[in-house]
Amino acid sequence: MKPVKSSLFNMIMAMTVVSVCSAASIGYVYQKTKEPIEASKTMKISKAIEEMVGNFDNKPFDERTTLSGGDLELYPARENGTITSVAIKSYSNNGFGGKIELIIGILMDGTVTGYKIIQQNETPGLGTKITENKFSEQFVGLNAHDDNFELSKNGGEIDALTGATISSNAVVEAVKKAVTAYKKFAGGAGNDQ
Amino acid sequence: MTSKSMQNLTRGIFKENPVFVMMLGMCPTLGVTTSMANGIGMGLATLFVLALSNMAISLVKNLIPAMVRIPCYIVIIASFVTIINLLMEAYLPALHAQLGIYIPLIVVNCIILGRAEAFASKNNIWQSFLDGLGMGIGFTIALALLGGIREILGAGSILGWNFVGEDGYPILLFIMPPGAFLALAGLIMVFNKISGANK
Repeated sequence: MKPVKSSLFNMIMAMTVVSVCSAASIGYVYQKTKEPIEASKTMKISKAIEEMVGNFDNKPFDERTTLSGGDLELYPARENGTITSVAIKSYSNNGFGGKIELIIGILMDGTVTGYKIIQQNETPGLGTKITENKFSEQFVGLNAHDDNFELSKNGGEIDALTGATISSNAVVEAVKKAVTAYKKFAGGAGNDQ
Repeated sequence: MTSKSMQNLTRGIFKENPVFVMMLGMCPTLGVTTSMANGIGMGLATLFVLALSNMAISLVKNLIPAMVRIPCYIVIIASFVTIINLLMEAYLPALHAQLGIYIPLIVVNCIILGRAEAFASKNNIWQSFLDGLGMGIGFTIALALLGGIREILGAGSILGWNFVGEDGYPILLFIMPPGAFLALAGLIMVFNKISGANK
């Protein structure tokens, strides 16, 4: 078969057909993968919540409420009806690769039980260390009311990761947001829910 | 398998290795190889796109007018990459989270357009598939080697298994961007010595 000539009509036809076929196949795959992608995201959040909060007998994910004007989400963990701890979904837009989202667990006395990153686009091998224990363990046991959630160079409790100061900063920022929201929640109407 | 098919398959692995010989696709090569697992993951994703896009382009090569072939190829390649990105996000979320922004970048990886232009647009489907497969294997091997070396030197671990312990001091430089250049230069040096390229 001889190659098609580069006439105007042929060129427009070829590009149209290629574009339509591509769009159709992407649309098909998007439809097919939409549910698994949603499901794996929800799974990730629920699992992170379960790891971060203490004992509970309710479904924190189903009882979620929004905080700070819809920015953050709070998942209360109850035991026999009273809230024992909360998980808060917080974020920072100042990561090295854009948005970082995390779930942080806080007991009702203000003790941080840790955080779990659920979304990040940091540099593999450097910024991605924010997901590892060595860094995240620094937050465990800090108190929301007493401790200073800052990097150590700013007089706080957290040592930044070598080569990933921006990522470390973003995590601290997200945690700070969550802690501020938690203080409002714990100090305000939160307890009588 | 005929000797011609064999030649097309093995060419990309050693003689015309995309990384060590042709120096194509340097962006993902230097960018993702902070660990061996990342290198293998990226290599396999590229292999998949390369084999599929080579086949698709070989199939339509006579239907696309020469003057608009590059935009058509790019659209075809971009579609495959988007599909693979979606499939990975749905079924391999852990690997997808690791490779993140590098998957969409496969679109502009010049190995893929390079093979489409240099090979697939002139050969039949089977040979194009073999060429894509061989190039993909060569790319994967190169990325795995580079990732392995950088992970051993820079993180003191191999495939995530740490052998220096918590208090060890790995050469952090090697997982930072400058280390990528140093490790790649070292690898190319060894490769040239073996292949006798600079005799």
